[in-house]
Amino acid sequence: MYRWPVNFRTNMFKTSCSRVTGLVVASVNQKLLAHAPQSHVTVRSLIQLCRNDPSQWITFQHLSFLKRQYVMKNSGGLSQRAKPKQEPEASLLDDRDDSLVTQAQQISAVAPVPGAVGNSNRASALEDEPEAERQARMEARQWKELRVRYSELPGIYARLSKVKLTALVVMTTAAGYAMAPVPFDPVMFVLASVGTGLSSCMANSINQYFEVPFDSNMNRTKNRPLVRGQISPLHAVSFALACGIPGVTLLTLAVNPLTGFLGALNIFLYTCCYTPLKRLSIANTWVGSVVGAIPPIMGWTAATGALDPGALLLGAILYSWQFPHFNALSWNMREDYSRGGYRMMSVTHPALCRRVALRHSLSLLGLSALGPALDVTTWTFPLVVLPINLYISYLAYRFWAGADRQGARRLFFCSLWHLPMLLLLMLTCKKRPLPPQEATPLALQS
Amino acid sequence: MNVRTIRYLLFRTRRSILTSSRHSAGQPPQDENTRFNPAPTSKYDWIGPPDRLSNLRPVIYHIPENETQLERKLRHLRQETEDWNHAFWTYQNVTFTKEKEQFILSQLKLKGLTEKDERGRQRTLSSEEMAVFYKHFLDKNCKKHASYNKEWYRRNFTITLLMGRVTLHSIWRALSGQVRSKRKTMMPE
Repeated sequence: MYRWPVNFRTNMFKTSCSRVTGLVVASVNQKLLAHAPQSHVTVRSLIQLCRNDPSQWITFQHLSFLKRQYVMKNSGGLSQRAKPKQEPEASLLDDRDDSLVTQAQQISAVAPVPGAVGNSNRASALEDEPEAERQARMEARQWKELRVRYSELPGIYARLSKVKLTALVVMTTAAGYAMAPVPFDPVMFVLASVGTGLSSCMANSINQYFEVPFDSNMNRTKNRPLVRGQISPLHAVSFALACGIPGVTLLTLAVNPLTGFLGALNIFLYTCCYTPLKRLSIANTWVGSVVGAIPPIMGWTAATGALDPGALLLGAILYSWQFPHFNALSWNMREDYSRGGYRMMSVTHPALCRRVALRHSLSLLGLSALGPALDVTTWTFPLVVLPINLYISYLAYRFWAGADRQGARRLFFCSLWHLPMLLLLMLTCKKRPLPPQEATPLALQS
Repeated sequence: MNVRTIRYLLFRTRRSILTSSRHSAGQPPQDENTRFNPAPTSKYDWIGPPDRLSNLRPVIYHIPENETQLERKLRHLRQETEDWNHAFWTYQNVTFTKEKEQFILSQLKLKGLTEKDERGRQRTLSSEEMAVFYKHFLDKNCKKHASYNKEWYRRNFTITLLMGRVTLHSIWRALSGQVRSKRKTMMPE
């Protein structure tokens, strides 16, 4: 009995477009009519289940929603375009609000089964007559006042600025700072991280501001604050400027002008190049990879004040990492991209997509070997990091050869833990500068 | 599809068209007794659930009593943009679904398979086969998407700038109203 709404939900998510619920209703209709003799209790209990038992709904929906969130990620991020954690409960429940009520509407739209209740004539009159009013009532419940509730603002801002993605970006910046061969200055470290975080918030907010109608049409992004109208576009832009201007100013004045310039450049690349390009050309992926490569360079320049080869190496590693990550992710979202008008490699040039992912996974091996060559890491680093690099290359090869959804999913999930692991190993293998007394005998000899 | 569902879909599409005509006609449509109407005491706009076809959320704009020229211009622009967006995405989604179905049927015919298999379930194509259709759809609509993009960015900027002007205007009005009332209370009799 409890399986029907569960199947209903699975169908909802599999089809992923609300406009196809008609088909689902039709199939539910058929099922109900087919099982008419046995279903006289279940139709009623089905409707009661919709109304009275939300806990069952949350459990299964939670699972499939999470699965969908985790698997069907889109690009649109500042660097890694990764969202490893699921959306908070609040948005989950609000999604339930919309679709649950529409489902209840659909189920009540089903004609009562003849012979289901004792006196069917009276029952059908009761069913038909207030049905329109019931629909209107349910629809009215879904309309929300466009008023800013101050208690909700922190959550809204967190979702607007994609705070989890921002945290990942700040993590790569911190890694860049830590890898720089200078004494660690905690104050500068914090200032660089805060400045980068604020810049990332601005970039993400402006990205959401630009993409409201597109976000509405894709499942993963349809619960964003601007799509749901929780704040106005003006409010979103003001928030973005309130984050970005202090952020870039902080980087320029308190850290150094080079880092400030890189921060501003990154915001520009992300909002004015990557976001519009997503709908115009597949070159957006390369621009997006550059956007992802800049934060660790910013961390390094915050420490040293110069664009050393070490900084460029870190940037190159992040740049190469973006491709297996994003190409694998976009492989399973081709339908949504096509319908939304996004020009991604996975849709327009599928073979290129897989080739590029493989190419850049292999290049990670080469870039790791450059670590000791550029005095960034000790010689142990390429050896220690070889297993994970080989593993991701192997998965990229399987993805390239098989071109299937499963392979793409595996590669994407691998990339999620591969990057933090790589950065951590790099930190542990960082080349420590020699203490002064060891250097002098060499100077004496020469 | 269920006849009732088709009627429901048409009802929703018609509703959104009538929402736009409502604001210009200034009168609620008579035949839509099941339409949502916000409470007359509400001073805010109301946003509804996503539309079935366009996935965009309709907004009912609140018309204040002493609406200025600027505010009316903003409201008209927002309503017009909403309608334009709704029309574009409805057409886009409906065309996509239709063409996808046609593609699947034509491919199945090429393979010599029927639409439903032995167990009565609908046959689907593999993701590789579908990818051909997705690419074709994107390429076919390239120019249309580009022009929509440009137009959307333009409208978005205009609406936001206008919102900014309206906000500044109302702040100015509130401040100058306070100053004027202070002067009145301070003036000697």
